[in-house]
Amino acid sequence: MVGICSYAGYIPRYRLNRMTIFSAIGWFNPAIIMNAAGDKSVANCDEDAITMAVAAGSRCLRGFNPQDLGAVYFASTTAPYKERQNANIVAGALAAEEEIRTADFAGSVKSGTSALLAALEYSAAEKGKEALACAADCRMGKVGSVQEMVFADGGAAIMVGGKDPIAIFKGSYSLSCDFVDHLRGANSKYDRQWEERWIRDLGYDRLIPETIQGICRKFDLEVSDFHKVVYPCYYGGARKNINRKLGLTPEQVQDDLMMDVGDTGSAHPLLMLAKALEDAVPGERLLVLSYGNGCDALIFEVTEAISTYHDRLRVTDSIKNQQELDSLYKYLSWRDMLPLEIGMRGEEERLTRWSLVWRSRKAILSLQGSRCLECGTQQYPPQRVCVNPDCGAVDRMEKVILATKKGKIVSFTSDLLAATINPPAIYGNVDFEHGGRCMMDFTDCVLDDLQVGMDVRFSFRIKYFDSKRDTTFYFWKAVPVKEVPTDG
Amino acid sequence: MADGIRDKVAVLGMGCSVFGERWEDDSVDLLLEAFLECLEDAGIEKKDIDAAWIGNHIDEISIGKGGCYLSNALHLPFIPVTRVENFCASGTEAFRGACYAVASGAYDIVLAAGVEKLKDIGYGGLPDSPIFGQLSRLLSPNATAPGMFAQLATAYSAKYGIPMDKIKEAITHISWKSHQNGVKNPKAHLRKEVSTVQICESPFVAYPLGLFDCCGVSDGSAMAIVTTPEIARKLKPNQELVLVKALQISVSSGEELIFNQWDGSGLMTTQHAAEKAYAEAGIKKPREEIGMIEVHDCFSITEMVTMEDLQISPPGKAPDDILSGFYDLDGQVACQPDGGLKCFGHPIGASGLRMIYELYNQLLRRWPEDRLVKDPKMGLSHNLGGVPSQNVCSICILGKE
Repeated sequence: MVGICSYAGYIPRYRLNRMTIFSAIGWFNPAIIMNAAGDKSVANCDEDAITMAVAAGSRCLRGFNPQDLGAVYFASTTAPYKERQNANIVAGALAAEEEIRTADFAGSVKSGTSALLAALEYSAAEKGKEALACAADCRMGKVGSVQEMVFADGGAAIMVGGKDPIAIFKGSYSLSCDFVDHLRGANSKYDRQWEERWIRDLGYDRLIPETIQGICRKFDLEVSDFHKVVYPCYYGGARKNINRKLGLTPEQVQDDLMMDVGDTGSAHPLLMLAKALEDAVPGERLLVLSYGNGCDALIFEVTEAISTYHDRLRVTDSIKNQQELDSLYKYLSWRDMLPLEIGMRGEEERLTRWSLVWRSRKAILSLQGSRCLECGTQQYPPQRVCVNPDCGAVDRMEKVILATKKGKIVSFTSDLLAATINPPAIYGNVDFEHGGRCMMDFTDCVLDDLQVGMDVRFSFRIKYFDSKRDTTFYFWKAVPVKEVPTDG
Repeated sequence: MADGIRDKVAVLGMGCSVFGERWEDDSVDLLLEAFLECLEDAGIEKKDIDAAWIGNHIDEISIGKGGCYLSNALHLPFIPVTRVENFCASGTEAFRGACYAVASGAYDIVLAAGVEKLKDIGYGGLPDSPIFGQLSRLLSPNATAPGMFAQLATAYSAKYGIPMDKIKEAITHISWKSHQNGVKNPKAHLRKEVSTVQICESPFVAYPLGLFDCCGVSDGSAMAIVTTPEIARKLKPNQELVLVKALQISVSSGEELIFNQWDGSGLMTTQHAAEKAYAEAGIKKPREEIGMIEVHDCFSITEMVTMEDLQISPPGKAPDDILSGFYDLDGQVACQPDGGLKCFGHPIGASGLRMIYELYNQLLRRWPEDRLVKDPKMGLSHNLGGVPSQNVCSICILGKE
């Protein structure tokens, strides 16, 4: 029997209070006051669906060996690449081997559960081999739209396998139909949607109950047999209707995180599942649904193994690690929704040389360095000649993954001259735990957070975006540890 | 066994253009300005020059690659012209090439030129380019020169337990002193007295460096004509000779960049180059034997840590020496008597030769009284190109015969 072996959710650090949005644009569309309660999570300007999937994935893999993974799947409707498989970037950043299966799941916010189902089916077919499903979204709403209010940024990751699962996969049921409540064409940045009443009454209010009834029929279960029902629906009224229609008790319904986070698209069912698993006890039966041009439904049964499972990153903690983004201008600038004058320094050529990237892909993607077999000196990027002046051995290196290690700040600064859409650029020298040094960008922090000697962790981020060639390039940045929530 | 460059080469003449925002002038104009002065000072004609070296850093903004630009600009008669680039040490590299050519006996009279036309970049500071190669560009932070040098301050503060406030006070004094000296220099880019309050309260560029902690980005050219002491004596029988006492270059080994032993509070290259230069020049106690220094104050903090790297201030004591006026024009070791990079300006390829120009003219007592160093003894120039974690350092020591 295969099932969930590990899970993690990732909510980016910034929050935009919905009243901040309303007070800026409510004059234009007063009706959005209906959605103006709470905060929405906002990815930093160096985050996107890929980096948030990696953030969730790397936390999910803590205590496991990424080299055991047989498949890495990535789901998103906001993947940065249409071609150049996004899952490969995620798998590389997680230091998975290259002899694995990877796939992107897209086209609907249902894609998160599609990826999870594919991972479960892979694992079942491969005698319980571990597979990772990561989902993340960074959707944007047009200024003054309901989507601007409810869409949020975040990621989630579920690792499945046959070895001591904390929740066994009992089966699934899917409903697929071309119900076009909203769409985003291949060349569009924003959603276009049909009338909200129709989406509510014929979409959520009908497809979700039908799917739940369908899976109950298929497995001869009653709705009351589930301890938790996890489903996304950002229309509060429709959610109440669905609960009433199905006879769900308040205890059965998993909170949809709309007040603290918002709707994270493809990631949302998995994020809510991760939250449900935080509080789950052995023997509980969970029902997880996605919604998007139909629904997927999955049943899990929580096992004894959950009592010894340590949360990798509690969604609860990720929610708590927050910083208010006090300016809507900042959000709009980060998302390229305003023409920002970045200056001529920011217009310098950024051609990405792919043959070079290929040769150095492990150093770039998983922060792979080398350790000298003669003197033990750890160094980054990988060296052929040992840097230790007392050693100097040639071609006597073994590989070492540094992304998951801690680091310490050696020096730092905050630079107002560097071209960035989020000045000042903060960077400095960082020593890796057990040796090695790298001058790195810092992220998710301000100057006052930093001190020489302080611990940092490494976070996979956007290094630059070459708008001329529509190329996003990724690398690791340092995050001061006090900014990272406790790992449970 | 090689015995170094000491006393084997004499400076026959020098020239230096006005540094600054020379909007109306091209590199050819800057070169010519320095060349005419240099030629006149040397007392020779163009045809007497056997070979030339030209130092220039940002070829894409100014003169392009190779030696043709200089040769075409001055219409040198088919002599060997070599363009050298070694970051901010490029000017000193050209001087070094010329000196070695003379010392080797290959040539009698050699020109060392430096030029940089920076004010065609189109924005402040130096251009964002892959100076350490393409892979480094992918892995390195979104950094600028002030940001990289600024980190000397946080690391220095952590190493010696000296509060950032005191460091700020010391580096403020550094910039104040450079403005005091620069105001008297008719060729300097920035000729304005500024108060310590103005300096200290200037807007941050990169913590803890403010606008006044950064040197000027300038256009300019400087040149030297070198020959053997024998020829110099013949050509200038009535003038004291200025001789090259030491010329050293040290380049980062990668230890600072990726090994864990460098603490980031000073420059390993400067320490190595200084040790070798003092040995070459026969200097035992630099604090007492050197009377003036022109160091690479690209940023005030660089000057501060360099005082220790050059073994003039003891470790952890540079801020005290600086604040006591030890390095002021009337201090024991005058530092940046011409205003330094801070005020004279920093046309990269010309800067090393500009420093040598100042030492040479101080040694010959050619400046007006109010600009003269009390007792120049020997003079040291120092360039630092790149960033603290990977760089090229050059040191030149000049003295009289």
